[in-house]
Amino acid sequence: MDESSTPRLEMRGISKTFGAIRALRDVSLSVRGGEVHALMGENGAGKSTLMKILAGALRADSGGEIRIRGEVVQMSNPHEARDRGIAVIYQELALSPNLTVAENIFLGRERTRFGLLDRGAQRRAAAPVLERLGADFTAGTRVMDLSLGQRQMVEIARALESDADIIVMDEPTTALSERESEQLFRLVDRLRDEGIAMIYISHRMDEVYRLSDRCSVLRDGAYIGTLEREELDPDRLVSMMVGREASSFYEKAHRPPSEAPALLEVRDLTDGARVGPCSFDLRAGEVLGVAGLVGSGRTELARLIYGADRATGGSVRLDGELLENRGPRRSLDNGIAYLTEDRKGLGLFLEMPVADNVAMSVLRDRAFAGGVMTPEIAAKMGRDHISSLDIRGAGASTRVGNLSGGNQQKVLLARLLEAAPRVLILDEPTRGVDVGAKSEIYGLIDRLTADGLAVILISSELAEVIGTSDRILVMREGRIAGEVANTRDSPATQEAIMSLSAGPRENKGAAKAHEEETA
Amino acid sequence: MSEATTETTTDAGPGRRERMRALLRLSGMLPILILLCVGFEIASGRFLTFNNLSIVMQQASINTVLAAGMTFVILTGGIDLSVGSILALSAVVAVAVTGDPALAWLAIPAALGAGLACGAANGALIAGLKLPPFIVTLGALTAVRGVARLTADDATVFNSNLPFAWIGNGTLFGVPWLVVIALAVIVLSWFILRRTVLGTWIYAVGGNADAAALAGIKVPLVLIFVYCVSGLLSGLGGIMSAARLYAANGLQLGQAYELDAIAAVILGGTSFVGGIGSIWGTLVGALIIAVLTNGLILMGVSDIWQYIIKGGVIILAVAIDRFRTA
Repeated sequence: MDESSTPRLEMRGISKTFGAIRALRDVSLSVRGGEVHALMGENGAGKSTLMKILAGALRADSGGEIRIRGEVVQMSNPHEARDRGIAVIYQELALSPNLTVAENIFLGRERTRFGLLDRGAQRRAAAPVLERLGADFTAGTRVMDLSLGQRQMVEIARALESDADIIVMDEPTTALSERESEQLFRLVDRLRDEGIAMIYISHRMDEVYRLSDRCSVLRDGAYIGTLEREELDPDRLVSMMVGREASSFYEKAHRPPSEAPALLEVRDLTDGARVGPCSFDLRAGEVLGVAGLVGSGRTELARLIYGADRATGGSVRLDGELLENRGPRRSLDNGIAYLTEDRKGLGLFLEMPVADNVAMSVLRDRAFAGGVMTPEIAAKMGRDHISSLDIRGAGASTRVGNLSGGNQQKVLLARLLEAAPRVLILDEPTRGVDVGAKSEIYGLIDRLTADGLAVILISSELAEVIGTSDRILVMREGRIAGEVANTRDSPATQEAIMSLSAGPRENKGAAKAHEEETA
Repeated sequence: MSEATTETTTDAGPGRRERMRALLRLSGMLPILILLCVGFEIASGRFLTFNNLSIVMQQASINTVLAAGMTFVILTGGIDLSVGSILALSAVVAVAVTGDPALAWLAIPAALGAGLACGAANGALIAGLKLPPFIVTLGALTAVRGVARLTADDATVFNSNLPFAWIGNGTLFGVPWLVVIALAVIVLSWFILRRTVLGTWIYAVGGNADAAALAGIKVPLVLIFVYCVSGLLSGLGGIMSAARLYAANGLQLGQAYELDAIAAVILGGTSFVGGIGSIWGTLVGALIIAVLTNGLILMGVSDIWQYIIKGGVIILAVAIDRFRTA
C-alpha cells in the first residue's frame, strides 16, 4: 500500500487543558487509509476529547498539529472537519427520528431544485449508498421505525454520502444486540476494504480483536502506546489502560450453598404483552445471570419484578411471603433493588449532587419527624460511599453530571446499597464503564453475595455473564428459553447461550419478530 | 503516585469551578436588581426613599406570593397558568363571605380553601390523568375565571368594613403586613424546598421524573403537592388583593398575573425544564418586576412604554444570565 508511507491522518503533540485540568498531554495518533485503528482507554482517559478535537468541536492548545494526507490543517469548527472528510459517529446518534432516512442523510445539505427541496433526488442519491452498506431498509423509511443498528447505518451512510474518508466510531455497539453488532462488524470490514481510515473507540476487548489492525491506548490524557495486530494481548492491553497488572478479570470468589432455600420465587410473571409468563427461583448468595438478545424481554422482566411496570399475572414471593401491590417504593422497602440499564435516562439526577443522588431512595427514612432534614444527612451518605466504593474525583456536593461513566455507575449502585437490599437486580451494570470500574463492580458483586445477597445480573456481554454467574437464564421473545449451568469445573459455553437466545427462528432477529408480534 | 497527583488536580479543578458557578447562580439577578435601583435613583432622584421602597415592596408582595407557588410548579417541570383566575375567585369568595358579619371568621379559610381546591383539581388532572400541565391549567385559567364571575353574580363585591382589611393596609412594627406575608411565604418555601425530604423530591421529579419513580418516589403525589401549593398561595394572593381593595371583581382582578409570576420565576434563574432553581432567585425576580414598574412611573414613562420596556428587560436579563453562566 502506498498509503502506508503517508498516513491518512496524523495527530501530533495534541494537548488540551480545561482550566486547571489537563485533559490531553502531548498525544499523537496516526491512522492509515484502509485501517481500523482501535482507540482504547478508561473513561476519562481523553479519547472523547481527542475525537472532539479531530471533529472540530474543540480546539487543541497551541503546539500540536493535525495532518491529513500529509498536509497540515486547521480545524476550528465542525464544518471544516466535515469538509476535510472527517465524520464522527457518536454514541448518541444525531438523527431526527421523525424524518426519513434520505432526509437525515442530506440533513443540512439538502438537494434542491429551483430552490425547492427535491425529495426524489435525495431518495435516488441515498439508495446506492444504502445498498453499498447492505441496508435492509429503504431511503423513504422513517428513522423512528428503524432499530438502533439500522440507525447507525444511516449515520454511516450520511458520512459516506458526504465523501468522508476518515470515520470515527465512538463505542458503536454499546446499545446493539449481538446480531446487530455482527452486522456492524461486517460493515466495518467492508469500509476498510474500500480504503477508508477508521478510528474505533471501544471498551470491549473482543471487538478490538475482531476488527482492529492496530490499537492505541490512552491513559489519564497521555498517549501510552500502540500495539500492532499481532501484538494484541488482553492482559497487556488492560495493564496499559489501567497502569498496573490487571488480575484475572472474572474471578468468582464465592460459591453459593447449592441447596439453600429460594429467597425469591417468581411464578408465571407476565405483563400480558412483552414478557412471560416467566418462572424461576433465586437463592441467597447466588448470582443468576440473565442472557438474551436486546429486545428479548430481560429489562422488561426485571422491571416487572421490581414493580416499575404493572404485571397482569403471576406472583413474586420473597422468603415465601407473597408480595402484593408491588411498586418501586414497596420493593425497596421489601429489600428488592433494581439498577437500570439506562443510567442517565432512568437512573441519575444529573443536575443534583452526589449526596442527593445516593440518598434519594432512603432520605424519607433517615430524616427527622415530618420529613425535615439537614443537608448533612445526605452528605454523610455521599461521603461514606465515595470512600467505600472509591468514587474518584468527586465530593459529596459534586454534580453527578460531571462524573465519568464508571463513577456515575458507582453513585447509582451506592443508592441501591443504601437501601440495604436482599435481592439486587443489575441491568447491564458495566455498560459504558471503564475497565477499572468494571472489575471493581465484579468485586462488589462477589462481596455482596458472600454476605448473603442474591443478585440477578442481566448482561449482553456473554463473557461477563459466564464469568460472574452461578446459573444462567436465557431469554427469548419475552420468555425464559432455558437455563444453562455454569460451574467452575464446567463453565457454560457462549455457543450454548447463543443457540438458546437465537432459538429455532434462524437469524431473522428474535427482537424484531417479537416487536412485530406485540405491535 | 502519579495517580494520586492527577486525582488531586481533578478534584480541585471542578470543585473550584463548581463553587464559582454556584456563586454566580446564587447571586443570579441580584446585580441587575441593584443596578436598576441605582439607575432609577440617579434618573428620578426619589427612588431610594424609605417610603418609595416600602411601596415597591408592597407592590411586589402579591406577585411574590404567586411566584413562590409558581417556583414549586416550574421546579417539577410544570407550569400553572391558572393562578390569576384562582386569585380572582378567592378574592371574590373572601369578600362575599363577609357579607354576613356572622361568617366573617370564615373569609380567610374559605378563600384559602377555594385556592387549594383549584390547585388540587389541577394536580389531580395532571398527575392522575397524566395530562400536560400547560393544557390543564390553560383550561383552568378560563374555567376558574368563569366560576369567579358566577360567584359574584358577575358584579364587583365590596365591603367597606372588611374585617381582614388590616392585611392590606396595616403594618407590623412599621412593615406592611403584605410585605411580612410575602417574606414569610418565601422563607417557608425555602424551608420546604431545602430542608425537607419533599423539597428534594421536587427537585428530583423536575430533574428526571422517570428516575425519581424508579428511586421509589411517588411522583404523582409530589405533582399534586406542588399544584396544591400554587393554588393555596393563589388563594392567599386573593386575600391580599381583596384586603387592599376592600373589593373584588371576578372579571378583572388578577388578569395576566400568571405572566408576571412566570416572569419572576424565570428572571430568578429557575430552569423552565425543571430541576434547577431557587426561591431566593424568585424573590429577586419579583422585585425586579416591581422596581421596573415603580421606577418607570416615577420617571413619568407612559403606560404603553412601560409594557414595552418591561418585556424587553425580561428578555435581556435572562439573555445576560445565559451568557454569564454558560
